[in-house]
Amino acid sequence: MIADVLVVACLVIGTAFNCLGIIGLLRFPDVYTRMHATTKMTTFGSVFTALSVIIYGAAQFIGTGDGQYVTLAVHTLLAALALAVTNAIGSHAIARGAHRSGIKPAQAVVDRLGEVPP
Amino acid sequence: MTAPFDIAVFILLVLVCLALVRLVLGPTIADRAVAVDTVNTLVVAALIVLGVVYQQIIFIDVAIVYALLSFVSTLYVAKYIGGEL
Amino acid sequence: MIAYLVTFIMAFLLYLVFSAGSGTLWLWSPSELLAGFLLSLLTAAVAGKVLCRGKDYRMANPVRLLILPVYILGPFFIEVTRANLDVAYRVITGKIRPGIIRVPSGMKTDFGAFLLANSITLTPGTITVDISEETNDLFVHNINVPAGWETRDTVEARELFGLANIPAWIRRIAE
Repeated sequence: MIADVLVVACLVIGTAFNCLGIIGLLRFPDVYTRMHATTKMTTFGSVFTALSVIIYGAAQFIGTGDGQYVTLAVHTLLAALALAVTNAIGSHAIARGAHRSGIKPAQAVVDRLGEVPP
Repeated sequence: MTAPFDIAVFILLVLVCLALVRLVLGPTIADRAVAVDTVNTLVVAALIVLGVVYQQIIFIDVAIVYALLSFVSTLYVAKYIGGEL
Repeated sequence: MIAYLVTFIMAFLLYLVFSAGSGTLWLWSPSELLAGFLLSLLTAAVAGKVLCRGKDYRMANPVRLLILPVYILGPFFIEVTRANLDVAYRVITGKIRPGIIRVPSGMKTDFGAFLLANSITLTPGTITVDISEETNDLFVHNINVPAGWETRDTVEARELFGLANIPAWIRRIAE
């Protein structure tokens, strides 16, 4: 019973943060600020949806004792870890490429990287 | 008890459609790369939840492989944008 | 030799994690254990030289590998939650003041700089844009530059994080 409430709560948090990330992607003015919204918020939201699946698997394993739910929870944990690490590195790579291709940050008050000779 | 997961999958797929709007609009290549990266993240989350909906663990293995492969493609696109390829 | 041993142990542990819950022998079935042992030997023989290229084996220390999950679940998770609430506020209200600032990382090893850059990307309103190869300085895009930072030459990594001392944790793990 408590597990059900936790599962639904994690799902609601995860989808809400995913929604906010997409709104930021559609709303912010340039590529760097859009990356703020998508990288942080969709990673956080997807990790929370994965967490709800992990809680579901653990609760089902305690309830039924079936080994396949352990496999479900452990594989979901690995998928969430892979997602968190690869998203951070991927967004770093896109930001670096965007700055090298000459896209200036919009409305910026300071740009220390633009002052460095390439 | 998989009704909440069904609703979550539906919302995630609607969000994928909204991210495709930025993919079509995006003024620069970098914006489109960010949109594709977002779509990949959302698809991985949707696959994980679908694994519970259909009670198939193979969906989650596919999600792991999809995350790693999309990471490699994102790195290539980023290198191309930066002019290092 | 030690490179092959480290690769073998890591590959075998990863196989054990992937095949957990498959059988009767506590969590694993005997055939899975045998297959994992043989495949890990094969992986170590083929890829040992490639995966452990450096001569630095400090990350093979179990104590450091045990601090890493504590760091991720403790201070790092609190910072990620705070950062997400902050960015949610900015998405809804639209109040942004972006800018790129220079942060000396102070990390001597590559893994330390990698962890710090990824922590900065996932935490408070900042993403790492570039890293200077000689000095390990990070260039950080900040979504809301606090007043006064735009005139300063460099900003310490400690000042980016509000609650926990993230650079000290990373130094404990990686150096």
